[in-house]
Amino acid sequence: MFTYSLYGLAVIFLSFSFLKDKERTKQALVKAWKSLEKVLPDFTAVLVLVGLAITLLSPQVISRFIGQDTGFFGMLFTGVVGAVTLIPGFVAFPLADSLLQLGAGIEQVAVFVSTLMMVGVITAPLEIRYFGVKQTLIRNGLSFILAFGIAYLLGVLV
Amino acid sequence: MKLVVRYRMFLIFLGLSAGVAIFKPELQEPLMRNTVFNFSQMLAVLPPIFILLGLLDQWVPRNVVIKYMGRESGFKGILLSIILGASSAGPLYGAFPFAAVMLIKGVRLANIVIFLSSWATLKIPMFLFESTALGLRFAVFRWLLNLPVILFIAYTVEYFVSDDEHKTMIEKAQLQG
Repeated sequence: MFTYSLYGLAVIFLSFSFLKDKERTKQALVKAWKSLEKVLPDFTAVLVLVGLAITLLSPQVISRFIGQDTGFFGMLFTGVVGAVTLIPGFVAFPLADSLLQLGAGIEQVAVFVSTLMMVGVITAPLEIRYFGVKQTLIRNGLSFILAFGIAYLLGVLV
Repeated sequence: MKLVVRYRMFLIFLGLSAGVAIFKPELQEPLMRNTVFNFSQMLAVLPPIFILLGLLDQWVPRNVVIKYMGRESGFKGILLSIILGASSAGPLYGAFPFAAVMLIKGVRLANIVIFLSSWATLKIPMFLFESTALGLRFAVFRWLLNLPVILFIAYTVEYFVSDDEHKTMIEKAQLQG
């Protein structure tokens, strides 16, 4: 649905642009294609790698590993799993829910959700390519560490 | 041949996947399904993103971007970065090219990181999924707790990245675009 709205937005702006200035619109499209073509090798590589990672660390495998509640090491484990995998939200949240049902604590599940979204080990090379090593290390590193703080507070609040 | 060199990482990982599929036949089907799903998801999202980027590049002047999201943009810039990030769709790596163009256009580094982090974890469609699966209370508190965390990360990155490194970053981003 959000993909469709993205297309809608692109079509609307593109039409406006075309009505106002054909030459500029052409240049915008050339630019769009050039940028896309430039990142395609990295993107396709990441996508294959992500497919492999999701398959090897499937929801079933993860829930088998985490089992019953496992304290800080359980948090560390789910944190690392979240950081190295890239599972789409609509798969991750039901998975997180089933982990809760299996007896995992809120903290473990919260760490998993946070690192899953904020930390991308697999996509780090791509992020470095765009923003350099320092930004990538600080953003991912702090996101990982602070996920534990968020999880702890969530455990108290929820 | 040039194409093979450019896509070498892609080919290496593809070979790795093929290896896994051969030695673990039971994984063939999910591996195929996951990889195809990834590609279809990205191929669906990237064209409109890059078209919008091309238009942004042509039509939005640098000084306007700087005014709203640059060094002196203050609270307005923060708010705008959060809104832009949170109303996004798709995986985080879709945000990289967008953020790179913002960087080139003169958006403050902290706001770039706020945008990236909001995209990663404050996305509204995600929030809807999350509150259905894990409960509204969990989703709301996690969203709210992430706000200060994101600001902290953003200003830490900005603090540690020197002006020279910032310049190099912009040059790098220009090479990508």
